[in-house]
Amino acid sequence: MLKGLIGKKIGMTQIFDEDGVAIPVTLIEAGPCYVTQVRTPEKDGYQAVQLGFGETKPKRLTGGQLGHLKRGSLSLPPLRYLREIRAKNIDVAEGDKVTVEVFSVGERVDVVGTSKGKGFAGAVKRHGFRGGPKTHGQSDRLRAPGSRGAGTTPGRVYKGSRGAGHMGNDRVTAQNLKVVLVDAERNLLGVRGAIPGARGGLVVIKEARKA
Amino acid sequence: MMSDLIKSIEPAVNPNIPDLHPGDTVSVHVKIREGNRERIQEFKGIVLYMHGNGANSTFTVRRMASNGIGVERTFLLRSPRIDKVVVERHNVVRRAKLYYLRSRTGKAARLKQKFN
Repeated sequence: MLKGLIGKKIGMTQIFDEDGVAIPVTLIEAGPCYVTQVRTPEKDGYQAVQLGFGETKPKRLTGGQLGHLKRGSLSLPPLRYLREIRAKNIDVAEGDKVTVEVFSVGERVDVVGTSKGKGFAGAVKRHGFRGGPKTHGQSDRLRAPGSRGAGTTPGRVYKGSRGAGHMGNDRVTAQNLKVVLVDAERNLLGVRGAIPGARGGLVVIKEARKA
Repeated sequence: MMSDLIKSIEPAVNPNIPDLHPGDTVSVHVKIREGNRERIQEFKGIVLYMHGNGANSTFTVRRMASNGIGVERTFLLRSPRIDKVVVERHNVVRRAKLYYLRSRTGKAARLKQKFN
């Protein structure tokens, strides 16, 4: 079965394992997802499965989106989010339902999300620069980035040099998280550790690449 | 705000732990695993403070070890590793965090018993 789901981050808590050790858990409301399209090498040049998640009112979608979900023999509920998951062996057909049961406790997964936006952040926060000294006659050097390169030669800052700028709101993947909880009834998935993004954020759960 | 879904998977309250308050003299019986054997260790002292809420709540107990060295140990309030907690007496305290006890030793570190 295809190992991939779209979900919503709910939040974190901790539970105890059988030894009584507290383990941090992030809860994800994962699925149910529907296979909305299958990408094939012949037609699209690559293999992937397009999943849809989040039932909504028909009026929240455009006509084009509704038409994509109701074409030919395919008749799916109005789904708010569509995401593609690359797959080597495709064993699902368009219209299939994918639930949290594709994952089992003990498995490793990767979770892709969008990190919390931090706005325009300085080099200390964004790249972990040390900043300047606080004392010894310093003024306004505490969180300064320091030098960004040499002097007259080259006479400019090289591209890609680290500095202040927009931080967060990026696509981030948390790799190799252990599945600690699967609740098919409530579509809940619990993974050990933190995942990117704020509560309520959309996440994609995939089989771990480096397990 | 905490989601009901989170609450629903949180571990249940350990039934062997009674209501604790800062200042209580308690004896905490902790299960300790040594290889395959399990034994129970007692840790007796004064509850310095309670912390957190829900599944994350902890309580910290301070006891005087030999040579007058204070030892503090923090336990998870819902931990299944706690066999039981016995409240030996309630004491009169006027704050929630008894940090001031750390700087006191001997007679000055005594607390007055509360009878209700």
